[in-house]
Amino acid sequence: MSKEKKPGWKDLPRGGLILDAGNAHEYQTGGWRIKRPEWIEENCIHCLFCWVYCPDSSIETQEGKMTGINYEHCKGCGICAEVCPAKKTAIEMESEGRKEDSDE
Amino acid sequence: MSKRVALTGNEAIAKAMQQINPDVVAAYPITPQTEIVQIFSKYVADGEVDTEFVTVESEHSAMSAVVGSAAGGARSMTATSANGLALMWEIVYIAASTRLPIVMPVVNRALSAPINIHCDHSDAMGARDSGWIQLFSENAQEAYDNAIQAVRIGEHKDVLLPVMVNLDGFIISHAVENFNINEPEKVQEFIGEYKPEHTLLDKENPITVGPLDLQDYYFEHKRQQSEAMKYALQAVKDVGQEYGRLTGREYGYFSEYRVDDAEIVLIGMGSTMGTARAAVDELREQGVKVGLIKIRMFRPFPGEELARALAHVPVIGVLDRAESFSNNGGPLFTDMHVALYGQEHKLYDFIYGLGGRDTNVSHLKGIFSMLQKAKDGEALDRVNYIGVRE
Repeated sequence: MSKEKKPGWKDLPRGGLILDAGNAHEYQTGGWRIKRPEWIEENCIHCLFCWVYCPDSSIETQEGKMTGINYEHCKGCGICAEVCPAKKTAIEMESEGRKEDSDE
Repeated sequence: MSKRVALTGNEAIAKAMQQINPDVVAAYPITPQTEIVQIFSKYVADGEVDTEFVTVESEHSAMSAVVGSAAGGARSMTATSANGLALMWEIVYIAASTRLPIVMPVVNRALSAPINIHCDHSDAMGARDSGWIQLFSENAQEAYDNAIQAVRIGEHKDVLLPVMVNLDGFIISHAVENFNINEPEKVQEFIGEYKPEHTLLDKENPITVGPLDLQDYYFEHKRQQSEAMKYALQAVKDVGQEYGRLTGREYGYFSEYRVDDAEIVLIGMGSTMGTARAAVDELREQGVKVGLIKIRMFRPFPGEELARALAHVPVIGVLDRAESFSNNGGPLFTDMHVALYGQEHKLYDFIYGLGGRDTNVSHLKGIFSMLQKAKDGEALDRVNYIGVRE
């Protein structure tokens, strides 16, 4: 999460209103992830199934090709890894915690 | 020119709503509030108001609908009583926290169980900490006047809070009284046009209402609400004075009756204050120095101002038309204790009139008599129950 100074009560819009449109990307929600999808580029067939299925728009693409994963919003649900149809999977879920805490 | 009319309290509120001509009213009928909705829906059907009237299936939906319409920038009202207010509960808090200046007359009625349709203040006291401004009325005149002022108080740019206008069930709501109503144009001129700064229907400036607000922002928004309640003190005062210039009926936080040289003062809210005034007059004729303070604004609580008004009064009785079951007296009593903390007053609570139990002049004189004995050094319970069978 960002360490920038947040506004105090005098400077915030009242009633919890958000006055700017299209700012969901500024609110980083990746902090509660316990597993992280790791993209294995050489296995990727760029079918973009992961992009279609990702519930948090966290699959980054450029010109129709996958380029990476946005960890500021990815919550680690694992759907991308589940739907990946590549013969050798292109997305693997890794533990965010210490190796010894992992059940794997 | 104002007009003298004879109407019930419910008719008075419906008339105030007609003159306010809100953009949206969503309401569900419940005794003893039903007539307000019924009469107002007739105004809608007859084309006497421009209001979008939303019939809903419950009070939870009524409050939800006006939260939505108020967020959309519409001047919005509803009305309820007792269990209806209780059913609105979670949305009552959301209305205040989202800073929506909804106006809601509450025709005070006892909460179940056992089921009872008559007056006490337990319904309003349940919403005491919800962040609403709460005004109380002694009679139809005050209920009517409070409803109109509530619009201006709530919509004040530094306040932006919903306002609950309380009137005693049946005693005010169903009794016919003579009182003055304003000319409709005067009311429109007084309340003015509602121009909210941010609304959901302003498509040029899209906003989000009611987002997730966690550990990092929620506290700041609560702090803003506390500040709004401080501004509400000023707004209630200013609007009450301006209303006085318009109608000759000025309103403040509370009104004092024969308090100046009083040695014993009763303090309370609602219709029983008229009865208490009669008791004060009778005792004054006998030379007993008693007085009365009638609280009009319960939230925010005018603690500092009350402490100043009561500074010279040695014995104070608090009239609570609700029990808090804390073993520390009713809600008004605990607030009065805080307001007078560190002072050397003798302070006693009198819980009265629950479920519409009649409270007449002789009960009030009895309370003064108990306080007189306490003043003379006799023991008196901190919390007393008036008019209940032993």
